[in-house]
Amino acid sequence: MANYFGTKMNPKRFHLSQWRFLIILIPVAIFMGLPIVYIVNHAFKPLVELFEWPPRFFVQSPTFDNFIDLFAVTSSTGIPMSRYLFNSILITALTVFASILVGSLAGFALSKLDFRFKTSLMWVNNIAIMFVGAAVSIPRYLVIESLGLIDSFWVHVIPGLAIPVGLFLIKQFIDQIPKDLIEASRIDGANNWQIYWHVILPLIKPALATIAIVAFQGVWNNTEVSNLFINDESLKTFAFYMATLTTTGNTVAGQGMAAAASLIMFLPNLIIFIILQRNVMNTMVHSGIK
Amino acid sequence: MTLKWKMKKYRDNQTGSLFVLPYVLAFLIFITIPVFMGMLLSFTYFNLLDAPTFIGFTNFITIFTADNAFMQQIIPNTITFALIVGPVGYLLGFFLAWLLAQIPHKLRTVLTLIIYSPSMTAGVAMAVMWRIIFSGDEAGYLNAILLSLNLIDSPIQWLANPDYLMTIMIIVTLWSSMGIGFLAMLAGVLNINPELFEAAYVDGMTSKLQEIFYITIPSMKPQMLFGAVMSLVATFNAGAIGVLLSGQNPTPQNAGQLIVTHIDDYGFIRFDMGYAAALSMVLLLLVYGFSRVAYKLFGEKD
Repeated sequence: MANYFGTKMNPKRFHLSQWRFLIILIPVAIFMGLPIVYIVNHAFKPLVELFEWPPRFFVQSPTFDNFIDLFAVTSSTGIPMSRYLFNSILITALTVFASILVGSLAGFALSKLDFRFKTSLMWVNNIAIMFVGAAVSIPRYLVIESLGLIDSFWVHVIPGLAIPVGLFLIKQFIDQIPKDLIEASRIDGANNWQIYWHVILPLIKPALATIAIVAFQGVWNNTEVSNLFINDESLKTFAFYMATLTTTGNTVAGQGMAAAASLIMFLPNLIIFIILQRNVMNTMVHSGIK
Repeated sequence: MTLKWKMKKYRDNQTGSLFVLPYVLAFLIFITIPVFMGMLLSFTYFNLLDAPTFIGFTNFITIFTADNAFMQQIIPNTITFALIVGPVGYLLGFFLAWLLAQIPHKLRTVLTLIIYSPSMTAGVAMAVMWRIIFSGDEAGYLNAILLSLNLIDSPIQWLANPDYLMTIMIIVTLWSSMGIGFLAMLAGVLNINPELFEAAYVDGMTSKLQEIFYITIPSMKPQMLFGAVMSLVATFNAGAIGVLLSGQNPTPQNAGQLIVTHIDDYGFIRFDMGYAAALSMVLLLLVYGFSRVAYKLFGEKD
């Protein structure tokens, strides 16, 4: 090939020769983005447009009707939608915070401290990355039942605290921090808690942001917990409510509401990722399994 | 080293166990114990009401000899699904990451965000939307488009028809498969020392293809392995998509039935927990086996 000059990764500016990449990337991005554009349009369609045939892709006269309907409707058991949303927000906030704490404490110890079973713990965790949660939902149910966690608020939070891939990413990230820094702080008289709090935590913010995203997506989108472990309707989550909306309300009018609900589900994911994306890329550099 | 210093170091290291304690507890209770319980249960008959009774290998024998749906449909379905979604999703992830690495930062950020966004809400929220698009009446988007183009005469029951369900499942899963693994590979490509590419050119490398195989992939092997493991896990976790799309378990004529949904069917619909646990063990072994292959391909030999 005559035009080969060695690949230029991460170019500083746009050059016309990059059309070769864009000609593939832009159609792919359109295919990936289209369903989301569609959801946004569908969510703002008034009833007339939802019934229109042939269906139109873009909304003509957007309204908030679907959102108003969604908030007004109460489930068959009399729980208002706002309750599910409140549950989801509280559960997600708690889980994200707690799993960051649990994961970073363990990541610090695995990377920088010596203790018994350290290597075997890391080995087991690396296997658990491949763990397919759905495969053990039955024994998990039995464990949760015997702990008396059925119908407890905490069943949303506690089982999600150990995230093997999260611990793996944090540990890899902390590995990059030179051991000398830890030794220096120790000579200055800091104990491990102080080192963790004042030295490690400020340095691993990118990794924490990544765990926050992984944990967030795991909890916010989770329907399994409400489905299997909670019978009390007032303790179920928004994601679960969404699922019931779509299986029962399969009418055209229900579609508008379902789209509005999907949008409410999707937006927080998007916003959090946009805010934290620089940190994520920073962590991913160290994500390799060696 | 003075004794005092050694003592201090010893004490410091003891706190190490304390640091991992919360994680280890959560890990043991909700991951390790369920896996071992699943192993034990797989050798029993258990219906949640009576105590489990030990029946040896009966469940496993049934799986491979008497469960017609399993051998004739679920295993072929799972393998078709996994072999297409896994490798295609993975290769696509690498290819897109490689392309994205070669455009400027701002444009890259925007396109990456769009490509990554479907994986954020995998599952329920998006199944809603796909169900509207593939809706079986003439108001469904795909039907409406095909009808107005005169390609079909009457609306097609996309999601209830066994002929289409699997294809749709594969498309939807691929659509949402550019997740963490894809981001890791993108970071991996971007992180390769640029001098390597220049050196390769000076040394007379003549095509992009050579460069990918001799420089790009070898320099980002760890990320390639991470990406492979992630797409493997995502593939087997995505199993419920058929049930979400068609709205029923089992899916119409088992067309979209995968091991994961077969487990749910036996466990939570028929309450045959022992049998479901045996199926789970088969699934976990399958995932583990595939991941060994990934490690063989990309792992660093030590």
